Amino acid sequence: MQGHSGGRLMPLVFTLASRNLFHDRVRLIATVIGIVFSIILVTVQIGLFLSFERMVTTMIDHADADLWIVPRGTKCFEDPSLLDERERFRALSIEGVTAATPLVIGFAEWRLPEGGATPVFVVGSNPDKPGLRPWNVIAGGLDQLSTKDAVAVDKSYFERLGVSELGDIAEIRQRKARVAAITEGIRSFTTTPYVFTSFDQARTYIGVATNKATYFLVRIAPGYDAESVRDRIADNIKDDAEVLTTEEFRVRSRAFWLFGTGAGAALFAGALLGIIVGTVIVAQTLYSSTKDHLNEFATLRAIGSSSAYIIKVILWQALLSAVVGFLIAAGIGLIIVYLTANTALPVIMTPGLMVGLLVLTVVMCAVSAISAILEVMRIDPAMVFTR
Amino acid sequence: MTAPMTAPIIEGVDIVQRLGEGAGQVEALKGVSLSLKGGEMTLLMGPSGSGKTTLLSVLGCMLTPTQGTVRILGRATTDARPEDLAEIRRQHVGFIFQSYHLFPTLTAVENVLLVLDVRSDRSSGAFAKATEALATVGLSHKTNSFPRELSGGEQQRVAIARAIVGNASAILADEPTGALDSENGHAIMTVMARIAKDLSRTVLVVTHDPRILPFANRIVRIEDGRIVGEERVSPKHQ
Repeated sequence: MQGHSGGRLMPLVFTLASRNLFHDRVRLIATVIGIVFSIILVTVQIGLFLSFERMVTTMIDHADADLWIVPRGTKCFEDPSLLDERERFRALSIEGVTAATPLVIGFAEWRLPEGGATPVFVVGSNPDKPGLRPWNVIAGGLDQLSTKDAVAVDKSYFERLGVSELGDIAEIRQRKARVAAITEGIRSFTTTPYVFTSFDQARTYIGVATNKATYFLVRIAPGYDAESVRDRIADNIKDDAEVLTTEEFRVRSRAFWLFGTGAGAALFAGALLGIIVGTVIVAQTLYSSTKDHLNEFATLRAIGSSSAYIIKVILWQALLSAVVGFLIAAGIGLIIVYLTANTALPVIMTPGLMVGLLVLTVVMCAVSAISAILEVMRIDPAMVFTR
Repeated sequence: MTAPMTAPIIEGVDIVQRLGEGAGQVEALKGVSLSLKGGEMTLLMGPSGSGKTTLLSVLGCMLTPTQGTVRILGRATTDARPEDLAEIRRQHVGFIFQSYHLFPTLTAVENVLLVLDVRSDRSSGAFAKATEALATVGLSHKTNSFPRELSGGEQQRVAIARAIVGNASAILADEPTGALDSENGHAIMTVMARIAKDLSRTVLVVTHDPRILPFANRIVRIEDGRIVGEERVSPKHQ
């Protein structure tokens, strides 16, 4: 019974819509399952997209750099071309540049202590200078990385690397690698473990000549504009190198991994499929619900209700379905986020994504209501006399 | 008995109504004229397929006549769009159907309130009007009952309350006693006869049921889409 204790009454249109919806539990369950399935699919796909987007730039995000000098045509951080060290000195000659730290990266073979081998991605930077040092260190220390043979590995890769604690020994390219620091949560979306070490050690592991580096990480003195310094460095270095701001490098890396490889398109296609499937399911259930209540809609029309009033009943039904479906989907989505938190590619849920999903659910249900609305718009009120 | 001297509430002049299309088209009304005045109950009687319900639909502004004119309180409905016709029904016409057409998920009082809600009347007085309408039909004690909890007669009384709550000038009923036993039918017609005494209202009842003849002021007979007889009578039940 709607409220009537003084003041204005609650619109009956809402009461009618909610009772119609909750009266037929089987249909309601079918509608909600459709919405939940759709929204979870979209949540997982977009959550993976966001996660992937973050992971592909995680090294750039954690590097201590205002500008990056990179080999011309570099597509992403993991693109291991090489620069000549003279580019570093050219950069350092530019006013406003306070440091140009070399960084070397590359794939190498890690030989497990118990035999066997696995590929690793070596990241070499001097741990005592601004550059790219491991973060989230949970055992050992960064200062240990400057000692001979020292490497840092993530504990999530212990099994892959055949190590389990500080001091364990393995080999990279026939050279000793001693676990001197352990990190947590530095996972690679390529599933190849990262191995951090000093710049010189990395060069020997990867087999890079002593006058070469993959990147130079440039720091700028306070008060200097990054883009103008970038332009001056670009004018001063050779054609086989280019200078990017950190944001430019991020955008380029994301563009390569998400769209250059098709991974992002696949995730978007999955999300789109979820939206289409959800819309069709909700549209079908709303339409059949409307058909079942056609008598009531005709009666409404007969007693003089406007088309807008009847459309409101259907839209309220759609909106209520959306809210119920979204709440369940959001709950399941959060469980998926929790369960995937420590996997290679966790599903990420942000407040923005949550709001976006709510809006998407409401829009999806409103669009789904169109076929039902078109059906009631054709109702002949005189049909009440024949039923 | 003399006819009431009030102006017609509903007036249909030379109504022709064709239904269907092509070879299946039928002429359900063939030039019918009928005037309904306040303070009287008119029974529209005739065999199945004679055009009774079609005439009710036309006079109730649910169907636009193929030819002819319908006037509600003097206003012609010719060329009115569906939304305009809905507005006329909302303001001036109350319907009662053989199968009640109550909303099964709404209580008795909510079913009655619906008529006011579609008029956007959601004032606190609306609830009072709805309960008063239910009291008029003797259902004060059933306001919060759902249709499934009511007998057929009680459901039809809720439908009458719904028809009168908005102070409609015309109450049009299609076989209101068709689904009721004799006792409930009599009770329903007693309520309707009481409503028909109001000079600002007219009541038109389409029926096959000879038991309700004693409630009428006027009996109109229709056959094959034409009015074939009309008589004024003194109601035996008031």
